[in-house]
Amino acid sequence: MILTAEQQAILNGEKGETMAKVMKTLVMYGDAFEAEKLVPITSKYNHLVTSFGLKVMSPVYDLMQQILDADVASGQKFSVDPRPLDSNVPASFLQKFVFKNFMYTKQDFYEKQLHKLGLIDENAFTCACYMDEVGNKPKKGDVLSWAESSAVVYANSVLGARCNRNSGILDIMGSIVGYVPYFGLLTDEGRKATWVVKIETTKKPEAQLLGSAIGMKVMEDVPYVVGLDKWLGTELNDAACTYLKDFGAATASNGAVGLYHIENLTPEAKESGKDLIVEGAKEYIIDDAELERVKANYPVMWKNPDAKPKLCFMGCPHMSLEQLKTWTDKVEAALKENGNKKVLIPTVFTAAPKVLEAFNKTEYAARLKATGVITSYICPLMYMNNPLCKTMPVITSSNKLRTYTSARYYTDDEILTAITKGGK
Amino acid sequence: MKKFKGRIVTPGTVSAEAVVSTEGFNTLASFQMALQFGDKQVKCGDQNNADLYGKPLINKALCLPQTIGSTTGGLVLYCACAMKKNPACMLFANHIDSLAAAGAVLADVWVEDITMPVIDCLGDEFINYVKDGMKITIEEDGTVVVED
Repeated sequence: MILTAEQQAILNGEKGETMAKVMKTLVMYGDAFEAEKLVPITSKYNHLVTSFGLKVMSPVYDLMQQILDADVASGQKFSVDPRPLDSNVPASFLQKFVFKNFMYTKQDFYEKQLHKLGLIDENAFTCACYMDEVGNKPKKGDVLSWAESSAVVYANSVLGARCNRNSGILDIMGSIVGYVPYFGLLTDEGRKATWVVKIETTKKPEAQLLGSAIGMKVMEDVPYVVGLDKWLGTELNDAACTYLKDFGAATASNGAVGLYHIENLTPEAKESGKDLIVEGAKEYIIDDAELERVKANYPVMWKNPDAKPKLCFMGCPHMSLEQLKTWTDKVEAALKENGNKKVLIPTVFTAAPKVLEAFNKTEYAARLKATGVITSYICPLMYMNNPLCKTMPVITSSNKLRTYTSARYYTDDEILTAITKGGK
Repeated sequence: MKKFKGRIVTPGTVSAEAVVSTEGFNTLASFQMALQFGDKQVKCGDQNNADLYGKPLINKALCLPQTIGSTTGGLVLYCACAMKKNPACMLFANHIDSLAAAGAVLADVWVEDITMPVIDCLGDEFINYVKDGMKITIEEDGTVVVED
């Protein structure tokens, strides 16, 4: 890798040992991908994936402390993934005891570190930082040092920013030196599609299921999706962006997708169309049967597969304002149709604190509350990341939550029926 | 016995027993429960990985095509190394992915007294040939020796 004089000086230790180690990390990381240079980060804000003060992650907090002690934190402020705990979310006495005394014992300590490192403010905890209400929305062409997989794939695909699927810790290291290695999704070549995915379903495919199918098929490659504009339209309105948020998160967690193009919809596909597809690209056709096959193959991790669900989580990644409003209408209507007044399963809708703040200013908030649905800023994945939840029958329409926990996946319609009518 | 030549991502020599994932290895899903709750054998917790689910990973030669899943993967691997609960080495059939590369580099630069050699680009022939329980030796020049 060819470094500028300034970068070489940092690597040589002229700005101290810690800064040299940060630079060495980025250079070695870039070397693994034959990156020829480092390029400047151009986004206003950074976003960190590590939001949780898990005792087991002590090595991460020790490393953050080294950065703080060396006084090398950058001036670039950042948002961060959601908090792992919220007293609004139902939990048993034992769960609360384990969360507080065994798992998240470092939460307060780590949040203090985050503030010192440059957290935007104390409400900047969400995986969906790109929401208008949150304000960390990069511009097209911005170079980022983000790591949260669902945010990276959204920023690349829907916003047209440029970011590799970096790992946690690498996100803050890029921000500290102000540069990231130039490879992969930062390059024009790396943004070309090596798969053409044809959507041939008879109805609008479930976002989380479609993303899962594509992720598992293409792994880390870039798919160019044909036929989805038939269902989403050709404008990136609130509904389309919400769909792509959930779709992208599933491609990134069930596979390792960092960028997708949707023909006639996402910015680069609109600009360049099929010129984005490399010669010899592989093809994947998705019809109703293929989506059914994918869904049927999800393992059921519940101890008793016929158990009655005890909790329902919606919002992994965090829900948009549009989604909260739409679901309020849907839950209300379904309860009325089924002759019920409140949801039959404890149900939690999660969203960014600033999205919830905006939602609470609308008339929808009181209506949703009346249905019994709880809203929270929590990270459902972090909530479920313990053996006590392994035996707990939780349902979700999030394929990311299903992948990392014992939560069971159902489509949005199935979830709506389960919480308003009963049954699984 | 068969020898495979790949590319050294982080150097080192080691001998260990192989555990093989023929599909993408999800680092977060595989390690999170074991690290969180002090499983000494570091058994793979990824319910979607039919090859490795429930098998010990510590001090094994982890053979895989690439890693997949959440981008906390690199820091999870870094934590596993810092806690000395890491595989003995990681052997990738494909080019290493960005998450595994980050984890390997973070461990190499920031963790003292750790050697976890990482070799990539070993090819499909490697992942098709190697099986659980085979003896793996990594030589100084990055050659991977696989013995029945």
